[in-house]
Amino acid sequence: MFLNTLPNITDPDGFYAELLGVHEGLSDEDSIALNARLVLILANHIGDRAILTEALAVATKGGAK
Amino acid sequence: MPLDDRYQLAFRLYPYARSADQDTDRPVRHPVVVMGGGPVGIAMALDLGLQGIPVVLLDDHEGVGQGSRAICFAKRTLEIAHRYGCGRPMLDNGVLWNVGKVFHDDRQIYEFDLLPEDGHRNPAFINLQQPHFERFLVERVREAQAAGAPIALRGKNRIDAVAVRDDHVVIDITTPDGPYRIEADWLIGCDGASSPLRKMMGLDFEGRVFQDNFLIADITMKADFPTERWFWFEPHFKSGDSALLHKQPDGVWRIDFQLGWDIDRKEEMKEENIRRRLDAMLGPDVEYELVWTSIYTFQCRRMRNFRHGRVIFAGDAAHQVSPFGARGANSGIQDVDNLGWKLGLVLNGTAPESLLDSYDLERRHGADENILNSSRSTDFITPKSKISRAFRNAVLDLAEHHAFARPLVNSGRLSVPCVYDGLPLNTPDGLPGGPARTRPGAPCPDAPIGGGFLLDHLGWDFALLGVGVDVPDRFDAEGLTLRGLTVPAEGDIKDRYLGDTTCAVYLIRPDQHVAGRWPAFDAERVSAALARSMGKD
Ligand SMILES: Cc1cc2nc3c(=O)[nH]c(=O)nc-3n(C[C@H](O)[C@H](O)[C@H](O)COP(=O)(O)OP(=O)(O)OC[C@H]3O[C@@H](n4cnc5c(N)ncnc54)[C@H](O)[C@@H]3O)c2cc1C
Repeated sequence: MFLNTLPNITDPDGFYAELLGVHEGLSDEDSIALNARLVLILANHIGDRAILTEALAVATKGGAK
Repeated sequence: MPLDDRYQLAFRLYPYARSADQDTDRPVRHPVVVMGGGPVGIAMALDLGLQGIPVVLLDDHEGVGQGSRAICFAKRTLEIAHRYGCGRPMLDNGVLWNVGKVFHDDRQIYEFDLLPEDGHRNPAFINLQQPHFERFLVERVREAQAAGAPIALRGKNRIDAVAVRDDHVVIDITTPDGPYRIEADWLIGCDGASSPLRKMMGLDFEGRVFQDNFLIADITMKADFPTERWFWFEPHFKSGDSALLHKQPDGVWRIDFQLGWDIDRKEEMKEENIRRRLDAMLGPDVEYELVWTSIYTFQCRRMRNFRHGRVIFAGDAAHQVSPFGARGANSGIQDVDNLGWKLGLVLNGTAPESLLDSYDLERRHGADENILNSSRSTDFITPKSKISRAFRNAVLDLAEHHAFARPLVNSGRLSVPCVYDGLPLNTPDGLPGGPARTRPGAPCPDAPIGGGFLLDHLGWDFALLGVGVDVPDRFDAEGLTLRGLTVPAEGDIKDRYLGDTTCAVYLIRPDQHVAGRWPAFDAERVSAALARSMGKD
């Protein structure tokens, strides 16, 4: 198994709107807290340590080539 | 420098007495000198003395220091103490505990049970004040001396200078009667975290200082908190960023408050301010007395090498950890366990001096594991940035209702002995299907046998253990005589030593770690593994 970086969400626009929706009206601090919880919940669902490491590396690199 | 006490004594156990070494023209040479009479130094002297090796221990005080430091002593420490003959009073006087509760603000988010496994002589942990732990060690030294063990404890003997030669060390000592000089074939530095010996030799001690202060208050109170470890993150009573409550013997409770970095120590140490924090935590109706209070900062660091020719460091002098996880004294005692037999074999000429390099390797491995664990705990307890606090609080927030987050909560990963995985004294695993917990390098897990316990039959010498298959009662190899113990393949022994196989032969080191294992006894393989664990390769 390795990290899937190809499109994998069936309803991209809907998901994106929902993601922004849960942050609506939150202070920056509360948004940071929510994101932290979300990261932990998703990370646990993935579980596989190697994939998590890969994801961290991809996120760290961001848009840089 | 005058020879004043740097700390108050709890027990005056080795008052100064003039020794014959102070009246000779030439410095007297001793095989082993131990510098420092903390738990590690005393255990070192005991280990060597019980092997019949003459050992002189020098401490700049006349007994055990007052003050609250270690309280949690782990199973491995108790097993080693049992081998030295002083485990019983520790067990009898210690407080047994298994349950820990973790709170965030005013909510309990998590509860754990150390779930001690049956079939071990010793519990996972006891709580016992460090001065008592040390006293039991010294009392055992007195008993051993009476039975002829060549141990000398010299109080008010401060080492002020050393000259390290290729094959010995020259030691300058200050006493109330003035200075004198001795020589040692080997000097063991057990002189604590601020080790003067390290400084005399210009050696490094690198690592991290954690920017935080912890107020430790030991109190006696009449309150019926259960015998559990309670830890609060961001407690609702606002006595600190975190707080810990833990029971000790004699109705004493250990309470810790995390104060942060920018504090006025003098102000915080005022009794009224300490009481203000305690009152907030315990409520207005609880009456208590302060037994001991102090403010600590914590560090995680180690020496690059623990062996420097004829000088060997052990305990806090070699490595220091934050106390979360109780890995300080517990790991120091494992240093002694590791060094004792090696020095014994080198001193009597059975093993080459290079065996001592394996002490350096194995215990650095142990120290790194302890530093890693206690640094991670400290990073969780004291988040060092806004985002690390956000993640920490996210974990705490989720832990109450979501089981997945609970293993991420880190209020200290409690001390377990390290496995010397991949290190040169081990012979690669020759028992396919054998349990991982008894792989080469691992400490032998205890198990009941014949009305007693397995570990009572192991230790001090190399031994052969046959489980469900015969090993010879005696086996001579490499200048040693190994004892053989054959036990039936049943019960806990079967689970812990056989796993999916039907029989096994273990070669076990004098410190009860596994050196090698196979399905059957094979003299040649055992001899080769033995040579290897004696550093002959
Ligand atoms: C708040 C706190 C809580 C802790 N809790 C735990 C716990 O629960 N469990 C645990 O395992 N560990 C715990 N520790 C750690 C534990 O206290 C230490 O790891 C332990 O004391 C180290 O023992 P040591 O013998 O190496 O050094 P020390 O106990 O420091 O002893 C060093 C000795 O050397 C002597 N000495 C120094 N200089 C000289 C000299 N020039 N000449 C002669 N003698 C000298 C000193 O007087 C002293 O007697 C805790 C520590 C703290 C601060």
